[in-house]
Amino acid sequence: MANARIALCRWRALALSAVLACAGGWALANEAAPASADPALEARVTKLSTELRCLVCQNQTIADSHAELAVDLRRQVREMLQAGQSEQQVIDFMTARYGDFVLYRPPFKALTALLWVGPALMMVLGLGTLFVVLRRRSRLADAAFEADGADDAPNDPHLS
Amino acid sequence: MKHLRYLVPLGLLLVLLYFLRAGLSLNPREVPSPLIGKPAPVFSLPRLDQPAVRIAKDDLRGKVWILNVWASWCVACRQEHPLLVAYAKSSQVPIYGLNYKDEPAAGLKWLADFGNPYTASLADRDGRVGIDFGVYGVPETFVIDGEGVIRYKHIGPLTPEVLRDTIDPLLKQLHG
Repeated sequence: MANARIALCRWRALALSAVLACAGGWALANEAAPASADPALEARVTKLSTELRCLVCQNQTIADSHAELAVDLRRQVREMLQAGQSEQQVIDFMTARYGDFVLYRPPFKALTALLWVGPALMMVLGLGTLFVVLRRRSRLADAAFEADGADDAPNDPHLS
Repeated sequence: MKHLRYLVPLGLLLVLLYFLRAGLSLNPREVPSPLIGKPAPVFSLPRLDQPAVRIAKDDLRGKVWILNVWASWCVACRQEHPLLVAYAKSSQVPIYGLNYKDEPAAGLKWLADFGNPYTASLADRDGRVGIDFGVYGVPETFVIDGEGVIRYKHIGPLTPEVLRDTIDPLLKQLHG
């Protein structure tokens, strides 16, 4: 019992420190952004940065990541937007160098079709199979089913 | 017919296992570069050892060359370096270094300490040429042909196998 409590405390401490680390990282990320005179530009930079993957720490966007490359790519995004280029031009610039992988929402094309359609396809297949099996079973006569044993009897003591 | 209800799930399981197995052998860190088969980005950078001298992409036109991205702060470069030093001695093609986001003094000391396999190193202090080359994990190695087209990219430290099985045959083919 005592052991379980210690384990629980440890787990809580771990979770807490993880939350704190994340919160700290977040605060730092906000501070680290070079103060630009133009909040509208900064908002566009941040929005675009959340669409772009940091290739060093692959499950973070370049908005979240502290990797040097992410810092450089944010700077690149800011400079390009500042120079009057469009969001699409920035995205084209990044995909020309790093490929579609840099995009958090990969474009729909032949190569990525399975990625986009796959989950829906699996669900349709699964539900379809379930539907067919259930319908077939509902049409079977009672005789087709075997009794599970004494427990399955109507006067089941567990149910009363 | 009765076998089918066992064989179909078994078959599906085998297919699934095949894909899971294939997934294990992939390296998610290796993102295929869209630059392969495309002209290398245009650059003009100062030499690491002589900042007054610049080297541009067009200066290297007409010859096959290797670009190795390195930095003194890069641990994996240390690991790769002896192989590169040995390879440079027998290499038919010049190896240029891209000293990526590094202090020039630290870079020069690193070369003095561990050997210099490079015909020349280009100083990319702010990493902009690195971004143009799609660099994200130093060390990286590119093979560029006489037309200035990127023919191959290796991410991470070079290995004797990569040099022997991939880069050497490619160089031979490029020299035709």
